[in-house]
Amino acid sequence: MTTTLLDITELAKRFPAGKPAGPIARLRKRFAGGPEKLPQVYAVDDVSFTIAQGETVGLVGESGCGKSTLVRVLTRLLDPTDGGIKLGARELSHTPARRFARDQDRKRIQMVFQDAGESVNPRFTAFEAIADPLRRLRGLSGTNLRHKVEEAASRCGLPLELLTRFPHQLSGGQRARVGIARAVAVEPDLLVLDEPTAALDVSVQVVILQLLQRLKRELGMSYLFVSHDLSVVRLLCDRVLVMYLGKIVESGPARAVFDHPLHPYTQALVAAVPSINEHGHTRLRLTGEPRSPIDPDPNVCRFYGRCPNGVDRCKTEMPALRSFPGGREAACHFAELTAQ
Amino acid sequence: MSSIATDRADPDAAIGAALVQAASVTADTVLPPEPATTFTPPPRPTAPRQSGLAATLSHIRYVLSENLVTGFAFALFLLIVLAAVFGPALVPYDPLASDTVAALKPPSAQHWFGTDQLGRDIFSRVVVATRLDFGIAVASVVLVFLMGGLAGVAAGFYGGWTDRIVGRLADTIMAFPLFVLAMGIVAALGNTVQNIVLATAIVNFPLYARVARAEANVRREAGFVEAARLSGNSEFRIVSFQVLPNVFPILVVQMSLTMGYAILNAAGLSFIGLGVRPPTAEWGIMVAEGAAFIVSGEWWIALFPGLALMIAVFCFNLLGDGVRDIVDPRRRT
Repeated sequence: MTTTLLDITELAKRFPAGKPAGPIARLRKRFAGGPEKLPQVYAVDDVSFTIAQGETVGLVGESGCGKSTLVRVLTRLLDPTDGGIKLGARELSHTPARRFARDQDRKRIQMVFQDAGESVNPRFTAFEAIADPLRRLRGLSGTNLRHKVEEAASRCGLPLELLTRFPHQLSGGQRARVGIARAVAVEPDLLVLDEPTAALDVSVQVVILQLLQRLKRELGMSYLFVSHDLSVVRLLCDRVLVMYLGKIVESGPARAVFDHPLHPYTQALVAAVPSINEHGHTRLRLTGEPRSPIDPDPNVCRFYGRCPNGVDRCKTEMPALRSFPGGREAACHFAELTAQ
Repeated sequence: MSSIATDRADPDAAIGAALVQAASVTADTVLPPEPATTFTPPPRPTAPRQSGLAATLSHIRYVLSENLVTGFAFALFLLIVLAAVFGPALVPYDPLASDTVAALKPPSAQHWFGTDQLGRDIFSRVVVATRLDFGIAVASVVLVFLMGGLAGVAAGFYGGWTDRIVGRLADTIMAFPLFVLAMGIVAALGNTVQNIVLATAIVNFPLYARVARAEANVRREAGFVEAARLSGNSEFRIVSFQVLPNVFPILVVQMSLTMGYAILNAAGLSFIGLGVRPPTAEWGIMVAEGAAFIVSGEWWIALFPGLALMIAVFCFNLLGDGVRDIVDPRRRT
C-alpha cells in the first residue's frame, strides 16, 4: 500500500471580479440593505484529490480552466479561499503564503516553471539561481553549498562550466535544466511541473522528459505534471486529472482515461489530438464558448452548452464526481452509460 | 475549433497522436533510459572561473572600444572627475585672489581664459568650480537615487497604499514648474550648499520614483519572483535581492541623464543669486557676473564658465547609453 503524500480536500480559490467598490459606495449599499457581495471568479471550485508517494499525477485541461491557480495554491504561493491541503501529516492551508516562505516544509514542495527563461532572474548566474533555495531552505554556505549546487547541476546534466553564465548566455534546454536543478536541489517530496516542456524545441523536450523520469527514480519524488500535451501526460503519468472550469470532471489511471474517457470533455480532448490514421471529419468537435467562471450557477453543469449530449437535466442538476470501477471518477450524468 | 486543438499545433503532434492511439506504448519503451546516466560526483577542482572583477573590467573595455561616442563621453567624464579632484592643486592662480592691475584682460598666454573685473584668473576659477558643481550634482543624484529608487520600487512591488502615497507625492512635485520649486525650497530653507542638493534631489524625485515604480511593477509577477518565493525568500528579500538588482541598471542610466540636469539646476540657482554666494568660484555665478560685461565687449568672462557648464551637461547625457551597456548583463557576451 502506498502512502498518501498530498491530500487536497474541497479546495477552492475565488478571486473578486472587477474593482472593489469604494468606501462610500459600500456604505450606501449597506444602508440600502442587502449583502455587499462582489462578483467572484471561481478559479478553483471544490477540488479534491490525492497524490501518493512516488506517484506521477497529470493535470490536463484547456487554458483558463484553473490549472495554474490550483498549482499556485497547492505550492502555497497563493492562499486558498476554502478547503484543505495536507502534506503528509501536516495541514498547510492554515499557514499564510507569506509565512510559508520561511516554513520548514517549504522545501518539500518545489516547482519547475513553464518558461525557464523568465523564471531565472536575469541578473543571477546559473550558480546563484541553483544556490538560492539551498541557502535559504537548507542553510548551506561555502564549500557545502558549492558541492551541493554542483551535484544538482550534474544530476540535471548541466555542464559545470555553465554555472558561471547568466540566463541569456544559455540555450533553452540549458535554462530548463537550471530551472529543474534549482527545484530538485533541495530534494523535495513533491515536484510540481508546470508545462516544463512547453517552451522547448521538440528535440529538447524528449531529453528533458527523460531527465525528469530519471530524477524521479533517483530521488523518489512525486510529480504533479501540468500539461496540455496529452501524449506526454499519457506517457509519464500514473494517474490523470482532467479539469474544466475550476472543477475536476474526470480522474483515473492515465491509460484508462485516455482509452475510454467517461466524460464528454475528456472525449473531446482525446479526439482533438491530431492523428495520422484518422480523417478529421469523424472527430468529436466542441462548439460554443465555455461558460463564464464568474459566479457560475451551482445547479448547472459547467460543461453545459458545449457538451454534445447536454439535456435538460444538466441545466437543473450539477453532476457530482462519482466513482467508477478501476479507480476512476467522472462528473457526468451519462458516465454510467458511457462506462458500459 | 476550440483552443484545445490550437494549443497543440506543434510539430510533434503527429508523434503525439500515434502515442495516444497505440495503447501498448509505455513510458519505458518510448523514453528509454539515457545512456550511462548514473550520477557521478563532480570532479573537485571545478570549472575555470574568470574572477568577477576581471570579467567586469574586460567588459567595460569592450563597451568603450565598441562605441566611439561612449568612449569620448567617458574620456570627458574622466577629465571632469580629475578636475574636481586635483583641480585646486593644479591651477596656476588662486581663484579668489584679485589683482586690479590685470583686471578685464582678454585670453592670453598668461591668463588662458582671461581675467574678470577683479583681475581673478578665469581659467583657475573654472577649473576650481568643477569640484563644487560636480559635487552638488553627484550628491543630489545619489540622494534622489536612494529616495526615488526605493520609494518607487516599494510602490511598484507592494502596490496599494504605498503606491498611492508615492504616486500622489510625485504628482504633487510634478505640478510645480520644477525650477521654481527648487527656487522656493532654497529660498525657504536658506542659501546653503546642502539645501541646493536637497532641492535638486526633490525636483528630480518624480522621475526616479516613476521609472522605478514601472520597472518594479512589471517584475512583480515575473516567474523569478515566484521562484524566489518557492526558494524561501521573504517579501523583503525578494524586493531587495531579486527586484532591485533588475531596476538598478535602468536607474543608473537615469542617474547619468539627470546628472546634467542637476548641474544646470545648481548653476541656475546660483545664477539668480539663490545658492552659492560670491566670491566662491562657481559656474552659475561666474556666468551671472560675466553677463554684465558682454555688452561692453568682455565676452570671455561669461563664455568660459558657460562652456564648461555645457560640456559637463553634454558629457553626462552621452554617458547614459554607455552606462547602460556596462551595467546590463544582457549586453555581456
